[in-house]
Amino acid sequence: MTLNKILDKALTWLVPVAILVLWEVSARSGILAARLLPAPSSVALAFIATLRDGSLWANTLISGERALKGLAIGGILGFLLGMLNGLWPPAEKLLDSSMQMLRNVPHLAIIPLVILWFGIDEAAKIFLVTIGVLFPIYLNTYHGVRTVDRGLIEMGRVYGLKPTALLWRIILPGALPSILVGLRYALGIMWLTLIVAETISASSGLGYMTMNAREFMQTDIVLLGIIVYALLGKLADVATRWIEKRALAWHPSYQENAGAAI
Amino acid sequence: MNSVAQLKLKRLEPPDEEEFATPVAERESALGLPVTLNKISKRFGGRSVLNTLSLSIEASEFVAVVGRSGCGKTTLLRLITGLDPVSDGHLAIAGDEVRGLQGRVRLLFQDARLLMWQRVLNNVGISRDTGWRETAKQALQDVGLADRAQDWPAVLSGGQKQRVALARALVSRPGVLLLDEPFGALDALTRAEMHELLIRIWSAHRFTTILITHDVAEAVTLADRIIVLRDGNVALDQKVDLPRHRRSGAEAARLQNIVLGHV
Ligand SMILES: Nc1ncnc2c1ncn2[C@@H]1O[C@H](COP(=O)(O)OP(=O)(O)OP(=O)(O)O)[C@@H](O)[C@H]1O
Ligand SMILES: [Mg+2]
Repeated sequence: MTLNKILDKALTWLVPVAILVLWEVSARSGILAARLLPAPSSVALAFIATLRDGSLWANTLISGERALKGLAIGGILGFLLGMLNGLWPPAEKLLDSSMQMLRNVPHLAIIPLVILWFGIDEAAKIFLVTIGVLFPIYLNTYHGVRTVDRGLIEMGRVYGLKPTALLWRIILPGALPSILVGLRYALGIMWLTLIVAETISASSGLGYMTMNAREFMQTDIVLLGIIVYALLGKLADVATRWIEKRALAWHPSYQENAGAAI
Repeated sequence: MNSVAQLKLKRLEPPDEEEFATPVAERESALGLPVTLNKISKRFGGRSVLNTLSLSIEASEFVAVVGRSGCGKTTLLRLITGLDPVSDGHLAIAGDEVRGLQGRVRLLFQDARLLMWQRVLNNVGISRDTGWRETAKQALQDVGLADRAQDWPAVLSGGQKQRVALARALVSRPGVLLLDEPFGALDALTRAEMHELLIRIWSAHRFTTILITHDVAEAVTLADRIIVLRDGNVALDQKVDLPRHRRSGAEAARLQNIVLGHV
């Protein structure tokens, strides 16, 4: 790494580090009440403590499990519906307008209903996440399939490709950029939904951990929970970027020497 | 006579020499197929593009079609391919009425239409027939792009994309090959190389070839016969009776002038 690059990296970290230092100093000197905003160092201590007693890990795992289950169910449903409606006009006629109507209902608005149906059961949270991720994946899959270059499909047919080959080699790869955009949206919604659901009703998970800490005025643990959420969100984002880079290596904007404006 | 007996009788016949020499797939593709257009018309909505056009193309003939932009050249090829139905008239390949796509006709589209998500080699071997890798490599070598086999199409230049599309059309060894301005984006030198390549492969496999071009000199260089399309019909049907390697003399110039006079 050249000196220039190191300087470049250092510059991006300058502001966050400065804020942390400022925060620590004001918390220690008593300008900030520890009850409202504890020092970064006490958050770090809370991190170590919850790591030691295993509660952080256990709660993160539970939350992660709910998130992934909801994503898997909602994602697969959304993808299949999107493919079906994109490929088969009768299905589109039958289903698409209903999907477009349902998508306008904010999925968090149905929380009371979901609690009535499932109580504070696991199913409630997974159901909410499922509904949350289903729509972005559906919409983007549908859109992706509909906008695959008709000329390429025509070319495939002229060169003798069978319908399954058309699907696997032309339609799916053509729709993939759009599907991955849907996935990225879905991941954001997934965490958001889970935070809300766990905060309102849960007896385990990160949301429960922070709400529980609030009752005992353990502001450091509340902060810790928020930070873990943020990190998980970041992790999801990094994962999609990684997938995009591999799956869309052919795409002009992912090629080496491509402009940095993406 | 029952069918078992028929089968036995057939088996007993001595095998045809030629039949033995080449595998079935090759033999079928080695034969160009005749294309017959009988008073075909094509209308889009109210606009008539082709109007009672009749044309009879012999098996293995090399025909060039020239005409002004928008005169219906691409439309004509799409009809022969079976991508679009004729509005009127009859269109037959080897005597069979064309209804929809068929395996024996290949069309090289005016735009290259490469799959951006497949490597150049996999684009050429799109049919995935047995041994496609080898034939695709050979075809890429022929069009001068052997070293780009593992590149993504997105990084190729316009002319290189056209050459990949040409390689893809050539490996399929069809009965009828339709080429829609395949050399439009090429410089004169590469163009001459591609002409030579096309003639070489055509001479070996003898598929019926219809080439669309804007370049009358190119039509004289390559084709046995030049068709000028105008007002939805054939304005000129000109034989080119010159040996293939001497097509730049006075006679060629005379032919070019005749064709140009009818465009
Ligand atoms: N699908 C379509 N719907 C309506 N009109 C069409 C359609 N396809 C072609 N046309 C019309 O038919 C006419 C001939 O088009 P075509 O593409 O065959 O021209 P061309 O001879 O190939 O021209 P160029 O040399 O510019 O490629 C044009 O006027 C075009 O607008
Ligand atoms: Mg055209």
